[in-house]
Amino acid sequence: MARRMLDASNQGLLLQFWLATSSLSKGKTRMDRNRLQHQAASMRRSLFDQGYLDEPFIQLEELQDDASPNFVQEIVTLFYTDSARLIQNIEHALNSRPIDFDKLDDYMHQFKGSSSSIRAKKVTNECTVFREYCSAENAEGCMRSFQQVKQDYAILRRKLEVYLQMVRQAAVSQKA
Amino acid sequence: MNSSSGKTYMSTSNSSAGWKAGDAAADQFPVGLRVLVVDDDPTCLMILEKMLRTCLYEVTKCNRAETALSMLRENKSGFDVVISDVHMPDMDGFKLLEHIGLEMDLPVIMMSADDGKHVVMKGVTHGACDYLIKPVRIEALKNIWQHVVRKRKNEWKDFEQSGSVEEGDRQLKQSEEADYSSSANEGNWKSSKRRKDDEDETDERDDTSSLKKPRVVWSVELHQQFVAAVNQLGIDKAVPKKILELMNVPGLTRENVASHLQKYRLYLRRLSGVSQHPSSLNNSFMSPQEATFGPLSSLNGLDLQTLAATGQLPAQSLVTLQAAGLGRPTGKSGIPMPLVDQRNIFSFENPKLRFGDGQQHVNNNKQMNLLHGIPTTMEPKQLAGLHHGAQSMGNMNMQVASHGSQSSQNNPLLMQMAQPQVRGQMLNDTSLGHPPRLLSPMGQPILSNGIAANVSTRNGIQENIRAPSYNPVSQTSSMLNFPMNHAPELPGNSFPLGSTPGISSLTPKVAFQEDVNSDIKGTVGFLPSYDIFNDLNQHKPQNWELQNVGMTFDASQHSNSLQGNLNHAHSVLVQQGFPSGQVNGQNRSATVVSKAMFSSGDSTGHVNAQNGNQQLNSLLVDGTVRVKSETPTNLYPDDFGQEDLMSALLKQQDAIAPAEHEFDFDGYSLDNIPV
Repeated sequence: MARRMLDASNQGLLLQFWLATSSLSKGKTRMDRNRLQHQAASMRRSLFDQGYLDEPFIQLEELQDDASPNFVQEIVTLFYTDSARLIQNIEHALNSRPIDFDKLDDYMHQFKGSSSSIRAKKVTNECTVFREYCSAENAEGCMRSFQQVKQDYAILRRKLEVYLQMVRQAAVSQKA
Repeated sequence: MNSSSGKTYMSTSNSSAGWKAGDAAADQFPVGLRVLVVDDDPTCLMILEKMLRTCLYEVTKCNRAETALSMLRENKSGFDVVISDVHMPDMDGFKLLEHIGLEMDLPVIMMSADDGKHVVMKGVTHGACDYLIKPVRIEALKNIWQHVVRKRKNEWKDFEQSGSVEEGDRQLKQSEEADYSSSANEGNWKSSKRRKDDEDETDERDDTSSLKKPRVVWSVELHQQFVAAVNQLGIDKAVPKKILELMNVPGLTRENVASHLQKYRLYLRRLSGVSQHPSSLNNSFMSPQEATFGPLSSLNGLDLQTLAATGQLPAQSLVTLQAAGLGRPTGKSGIPMPLVDQRNIFSFENPKLRFGDGQQHVNNNKQMNLLHGIPTTMEPKQLAGLHHGAQSMGNMNMQVASHGSQSSQNNPLLMQMAQPQVRGQMLNDTSLGHPPRLLSPMGQPILSNGIAANVSTRNGIQENIRAPSYNPVSQTSSMLNFPMNHAPELPGNSFPLGSTPGISSLTPKVAFQEDVNSDIKGTVGFLPSYDIFNDLNQHKPQNWELQNVGMTFDASQHSNSLQGNLNHAHSVLVQQGFPSGQVNGQNRSATVVSKAMFSSGDSTGHVNAQNGNQQLNSLLVDGTVRVKSETPTNLYPDDFGQEDLMSALLKQQDAIAPAEHEFDFDGYSLDNIPV
């Protein structure tokens, strides 16, 4: 529920964002531009506040520079591809019988590594929980935990996409 | 990267002012530090790369451990530090860590999302200089240069203290076979390269050494002394201080010995632990050095023992063989070990034999005899495949050793090596004598002996090799192959064959070959001879067909006199880069081998070695170890010293068993291994 509300607020932001953008296209004003950036910043902040991203995520952003202007974008994309594959593997392993806990742990370890690299706090934490269930060979616990991981991951993805879009827009508008 | 000896380091990561060690082109250390990052996770890899670039380091990223290893091997001094993930699909991060430590002796930093105490402890025990927990922060990366500096500093200190030792070794190495020495120096990597490469490497290495890494060059001779001291004390009781005292080498410090001991222990451990991994052939071969001292491990141990018993493999040779065979714990060494290993060894040996013998053809009879002894021992050993190889080896040894005295020595080695292989066939005569060295790494060494024996007939070796007994040969070849994967050059360069003392020299080389592929680095010592084989065999660890070995025998054949050949063989085999010290000592026992293993820097036989190598190479090229698998009877009953070899090997094996082979053959030069 809380999440939904958050989503709503995010969507609200998103809406504003789009509105601003459209207005921008009509006539870019400094104010509009600022607003966009402001919104991007808000969005970003909410991502952090809600714990989807770690403060360390800033580190990644800081890595972005003129040499690699789309660094964050690239990283996130890479993360998506890699994690999607891992999630699929985990899913498959969880559904097979008998469950191979070693393999599961292996996949989850990798997934945890990826998500921690991208500084996705919530997802990373949930991975740890999962691994605990895994080492205890608690299939039930694993399934539940995995559901949570998937959920968190989905939300993270969505937010990240929005956020990145905002950033892109802000950058574009800035150039204008 | 800054090559400065790093005496005065500036700690700013990006400071350009950095530190000028009086060098006009002073690097702006740590700016430009060359980092190799290995991680299968693309996200993490990319982030790390970016972070490192931000720190102004030169980054190379790699998502597979194997790729990273080959990159490192190709360019031994191309990187300053390696950062590796623990969890990787193709190779365990710790294994990679070991390889790098042994072969290149670069600082390695481990990282993982796993921060469990157990894992971190593993990093420590395997020799990682640091352990980072993911997500890695850029601040943590900013300081990695400290590890490079620290390592250099230690090396420098050692270097200065053992300057004499190093210098001497270096000289030897240079003259002899760059491969060996370079490998030894630079982590045996060089051994895989052919001689010419070696030379280049040597030069480079020297420069590098003088500039940056003053390392103690563990020449074959030195290593032999070390091993002897360790054996004397008992592997469990061997403490650096006592070893130092026993060795009584001026200029050597306790620290040198300590670090060397650590590597050695790892090596031994690896040998014993991994002896049953067929795939690990490479591993076993990895450490040519190991071969020398490594407990020839199960594989070798068994065979060697037999060989030792039967043949008079000099204890040393045996050890060497064992070491060779054991080389890498990966089980290659184990005698029974995957035949592949054995084969490699043998193949290795065979080529070696060839060299030495080739030249001399010497006494076919003798050679046969050599094998004789070996095969018998070998039989029992499971080296079924080895037979051939062994035989060939035996023959080789024989040939090599056929000269007689030498052979015995060699044979033992070969025998040992070839044990697995030779098992029955070739080594009938333990008189393998000569080639003994070859085997060591792979355990196949025996092959050489056996092969040697057969080799005498060299001409027919090819056939022989094919013969059942030649398995070893193939093994050797595989061994050879691996030593450096690349290698055809295998460390063989450093065959200290020099003195035909024992086939051991040959064997070592062979053994290495195998490892080469995997990471023989460590075993450089042995590989030298394998280089030749490698070429021939090219990574055919499983090529028992003496084809691989082919060269060994032929090589031996060529030489007219066993003695002479032995020398050659020694040199050739032992080192492809061995400084042929061995050559001189015809009857050198396994020591030769070990020496060879250590550093191809053996000076004495260099010349011979070179020649031998040449021949060997050519022989090897034949690809078929002509090790004639002539029946075991071929083995000359000559006193090849197989027994010595065997005993030596065995002894070593026992002694060394616990040690892990962490033999970083940096700067190991194959000096004349004291027989």
